[in-house]
Amino acid sequence: MTPAIEAAQAATTHVTVETPIIEARGISKRFGQVVALSDVSLQLYPGEVLGVVGDNGAGKSTLMKCLSGLHPPSAGEILVEGRPVRLASPADARALGIEMVYQDLALAGNLRIDENIFLGRELTRRIGPLRIVDHKANQERAMEHLDKLHIEVKSVAQRVEQLSGGQRQAVAIARATAFEAKVVIMDEPTAALAVREVRKVLDLVKDLRMHGISVIFISHRLDDIFYVCDRVMALFHGRNFADAPLSEIDRNEVIGWIMGNKSGSDVPAGLDLN
Amino acid sequence: MTDAMSAGAGSDLGDAGARSAGVIRVMGWFDRWGVLLMVAIMAALSWLAQPDVFLSERNIFNIFRQTAFYQMLALGQFIVIVTAGIDLSIGSVLALSMMCAAILADGGAAWPLVIIAPLLAGLFVGTINGLGLTRLHMPHPFIMTLGMMFIARGATYLISGGRPITGMPPEVTWLGSGNIEILGLHIPVSLVIVVITFVIAWFFLQHLRTGRHIFALGGNPQAARVSGINVDRTLVIAYALCGFMAGFAGLLLAGRTNSGFPNAGEGDELVAISAVIIGGASFFGGRGTVLGVFAGVLVIGMLRNLLNLSNVQVFWQQVLIGVVIIAVVAFDVFRRRLAAAS
Repeated sequence: MTPAIEAAQAATTHVTVETPIIEARGISKRFGQVVALSDVSLQLYPGEVLGVVGDNGAGKSTLMKCLSGLHPPSAGEILVEGRPVRLASPADARALGIEMVYQDLALAGNLRIDENIFLGRELTRRIGPLRIVDHKANQERAMEHLDKLHIEVKSVAQRVEQLSGGQRQAVAIARATAFEAKVVIMDEPTAALAVREVRKVLDLVKDLRMHGISVIFISHRLDDIFYVCDRVMALFHGRNFADAPLSEIDRNEVIGWIMGNKSGSDVPAGLDLN
Repeated sequence: MTDAMSAGAGSDLGDAGARSAGVIRVMGWFDRWGVLLMVAIMAALSWLAQPDVFLSERNIFNIFRQTAFYQMLALGQFIVIVTAGIDLSIGSVLALSMMCAAILADGGAAWPLVIIAPLLAGLFVGTINGLGLTRLHMPHPFIMTLGMMFIARGATYLISGGRPITGMPPEVTWLGSGNIEILGLHIPVSLVIVVITFVIAWFFLQHLRTGRHIFALGGNPQAARVSGINVDRTLVIAYALCGFMAGFAGLLLAGRTNSGFPNAGEGDELVAISAVIIGGASFFGGRGTVLGVFAGVLVIGMLRNLLNLSNVQVFWQQVLIGVVIIAVVAFDVFRRRLAAAS
């Protein structure tokens, strides 16, 4: 074990004064015979961007789906601000301020930007017994929110399918943060983007911290991880593998973690997973 | 970050943007009004071919009266198609509803009952379609509604003994074939009902949450699900409404023909689908307007009217409707590719 990892583990055991905004303890998830996660733990502290790395099938996405209520875990518990919670659906997670930005974006391209931002949570006004969607209020609120995040669009009345990949990602992040989010989980938010759009999305992620939002950031791209994250944890074969503040590790160590080596020197020279 | 984002977003819509913005505007115009253009072309053709007959009040309102039940069928089908689904049972549901009305009328039931029964029958079957689709986890609505197509048709023959029943209360025939005089015009009651229903449907789809969720579901079901929309409930509502509209179609047809006949509506689910597609809705869901549906039915109605007035053999109508469907969609694909290329 490298000194860095020991230091990190020592650090996390000592930081007991601060309660994690979200914590997973001993999470296991089975799909039939397949064990996707076994006894995995995770802590995310307020105002932190936590990078989660691991090879394909390491369990990153499954863990995030457990935290966002999409797949309830088979065993283990989830705590939000120190209190155990049950997340049976994405709606449960949302009610606690946990939002997910999906890899495949999960936007409805045929709807306007404001409709996507407020999908399922539309602002309405009452007329008699009817609750009517207040399109004008939705558009104004959407515009305000996009302004707050410094996201520029020509008009919120555009259909999302008319936007570039980066703009769509920005809309997805805007949706996740539109209602008092505390935690935003992002699954490979830059994977489908053109190179020149990646930086914009990463800056947006960094920006969320200033709005008091903690982020879990899954990525294969070490450049992204080292650009936005404060701390990085690795999963390997569905188990916790390593965890350290970014300031105490280098790229080769993280590459090693992804491949299941705790020592960075084991990585063959010249191999770059990017 | 601010600078990077705004500068990038601006340059994204630079020179290439200006050109495609024009194309998008034209495309948007076509999306909205293209089908009305088609109605205008059909009207012009009809007028050129039959200048004396076509524009007469009688002929125009006949087209509306004859197509009123198709309007109802197509409107229901449209709601389901927006969810990226399909309902093959509506022709049979129309017959079942019509037969319920006819049997009640024959038994001397009061007219309000004769009016409400077919609507409830349609609503009931539609709800079963929706529940079957979602609760039994049918791989595709095609299968649930295909099954229901046979069930409802069989039930229609069972309750009627296979025989048509004639005789409706005057209130029902008034709905199907009566007129209201407005500004000296004898407007079919069924047209008034259709217009009111379409306005309500437009309001529902554009301004109520469930209506918007129906569109979201058709655009991206995954997005709808993770947004906390109750997808199953929304689907059940869509199929229930579709069934209700088919029941309404049965009521109007019973009123127009003053009878119930068990083979009514055979193949009409396909006419309804055709009208929806001609009206510009996407078969893949999430796209289309109620105005488009109205116009789509009108195009089919006018085509039939033109061919009838011109004494063209009835079989040619089928051939031509088929040609129109393919031509309309081919043109749609063509202009979208044109827009994508520029």
